[in-house]
Amino acid sequence: MADITLKNVSKIFGSDVVAVKDLDLYIEDGEFLVLLGPSGCGKTTTLRMIAGLENQTGGDIYIGERLVNDLRAGDRDIAFVFQFYALYPHLTVKDNISFPLRAQKLPKTDIEQRVHDVAQSLRITHLLKQRPGRLPGGEQQRVALGRAMVRQPQVFLMDEPLTNLDAALRADMRTELKHLQQELGTTMVYVTHDQIEAMSMSHRIAVMNRGLLQQVDTPLNIYRHPQTLFVATFIGSPPMNIITGQVQDNTVHSEDNAFHYLLPDYAHDALVGKNSVHFGVRAEDIHILIGEDDDPDFSGEILLREPLGDETIYRIAVGGMTLSVKAPPKVVLQTGETVALKINPNRIHLFDTQTEQSLIQGEVAHV
Amino acid sequence: MQSESNKLLNQILFWLALGIVFLFFMFPLYWILISSFKTRADIVSTIPTYLPYVEFEPTMNNYRDVLFGGATASGEGSTVTSSADVSEFRDRLINSIIITGASTALAVLVGTLTAYAVSRFTIPLEDDFMFFVLSTKMLPPIVVLIPIFVLFSDFGLRDSYFGLIILYTAFNLPFVVWIMKGFFDEIPKEYEDAAMVDGYSRFQAIYKIVLPEAIPAMAATAVFSIIVSWNEFVLVNFLNRDAASTVPPFLNSIIGVGAVEWGRLAAASVIYVIPVIIFTFLVRNHLLRGVTFGAVRR
Repeated sequence: MADITLKNVSKIFGSDVVAVKDLDLYIEDGEFLVLLGPSGCGKTTTLRMIAGLENQTGGDIYIGERLVNDLRAGDRDIAFVFQFYALYPHLTVKDNISFPLRAQKLPKTDIEQRVHDVAQSLRITHLLKQRPGRLPGGEQQRVALGRAMVRQPQVFLMDEPLTNLDAALRADMRTELKHLQQELGTTMVYVTHDQIEAMSMSHRIAVMNRGLLQQVDTPLNIYRHPQTLFVATFIGSPPMNIITGQVQDNTVHSEDNAFHYLLPDYAHDALVGKNSVHFGVRAEDIHILIGEDDDPDFSGEILLREPLGDETIYRIAVGGMTLSVKAPPKVVLQTGETVALKINPNRIHLFDTQTEQSLIQGEVAHV
Repeated sequence: MQSESNKLLNQILFWLALGIVFLFFMFPLYWILISSFKTRADIVSTIPTYLPYVEFEPTMNNYRDVLFGGATASGEGSTVTSSADVSEFRDRLINSIIITGASTALAVLVGTLTAYAVSRFTIPLEDDFMFFVLSTKMLPPIVVLIPIFVLFSDFGLRDSYFGLIILYTAFNLPFVVWIMKGFFDEIPKEYEDAAMVDGYSRFQAIYKIVLPEAIPAMAATAVFSIIVSWNEFVLVNFLNRDAASTVPPFLNSIIGVGAVEWGRLAAASVIYVIPVIIFTFLVRNHLLRGVTFGAVRR
């Protein structure tokens, strides 16, 4: 087991394609860290740099105490699971799993024993003599995991390993992977673009965009306290509603003035000297008022209703904007109806229009 | 019922068409084969005969003459070809095997490594390089015959194995590079990445993972290289005279002046075609995968 330290790591492809820029990241020993971001954000490049499959153009990478900048991939004591598994088609499952051990020139009996143990824990003993090409995706996935586990590495690196599985299997494998990581206690760095995978499996999530690290935090903190506009809109389904508006007397006005909202006291300090702001609120923090005495903040017209069973998502037109609002399933409204809406004042987000950084820090937004 | 009989009819038509095509392409081979077992009288007979033992009595004389030459070669009916020429056939066959074997092995080896490098690494002017490789195939070889002749004379490469081997290698390389590059492009890079993470060097990864995967494509390119080198006539005819010459010019020389020694020509041709058939047969499974790789992978 080992921790991983990335210090000021950059990767520039060719002369000007910046894949990763000045990345500082500390991954604890035994941690399950997910690198999350849209395609092209630099997450896979980061993973490949940790593995030694790409060389960084700047900065240092440590695995444990060791500076690994100049170490070959094979000498870094890591295991890598690829998106397409990369199982060697001309070798049997057994030979695939034992492949890394044979590189280490271990005695034959040791290899047999370890392959057997790993196969047993992954429940693939009956597949050992087969070729991987004919196995279904889930079993190929297990073989790939087996090949990674068998060498008992310091670190697991996984590059979207569940992408090729169908939805049901993916959910199973999520649980299984999480369980496996807990059992082995091995540091895991896991790349995905799927926020459900990130939220459900990780200890911490590192969100990246355009080669820049946006935020590293626990899944819940990422969801509740997004530090940048990108994180706010990337995490959560439906994405957070963002209203870009003018600020006047601590009130946010949308451009067409259909929406105006007096910010709660705790947000006033953040607005000093600002005359515009990105105002954010999640779909579940806007409430549809039905026959309640509460005075509404604003009103809107229902455009679309998306019943999901446990909740219903309404798309509501407010002036020229469309907001997403979550409602309990018992709230049934028709398209075209006008509804009164109220925002939970403790769950609002404000982002600077220039830097796109959050203007409200800490727990205050979730009283 | 309608569709059942239609199906049967389709089947019959299909096999009939296949049979006609088969006969059309196989007949010349068959003709050469039976001719090689005929006596001169049977060959020049105005009524063609097709079935051995039924229409004519097969003889091994042509094969004996071609392979072992000797006194009988200049015996009855032999009008033009001298016995010395005939006994040369074995030497020529060995030359063909050496030159074709070496040039094919070289072309496949060098071409495969080149293709791997181009496929896997970023090379400056990669597209231009690949076009250049292809462009060498755009010129009919005969156009460069005279320059090559002069060049080979100056460098003392005429009448040598080495000269022809490098020449045939050069002719086959573009083909090998292009086919193998296409094939390597289809093999995910992750295989080597995985092997390198697993503790192997890049060369070990190539040797243990990529090459076993590439064998079908290498077999396919090898067959095509062999056929080109094996059949090449013009260059060898000009560059190599006696010692290091191959079979095709020799077949031409059997035709000789005046009457043609059809029987020996046929026997020599049959012998000459056998090694290629054997090799193709040996690699047939790979060949099928090699030439259809784009269609079946993934």
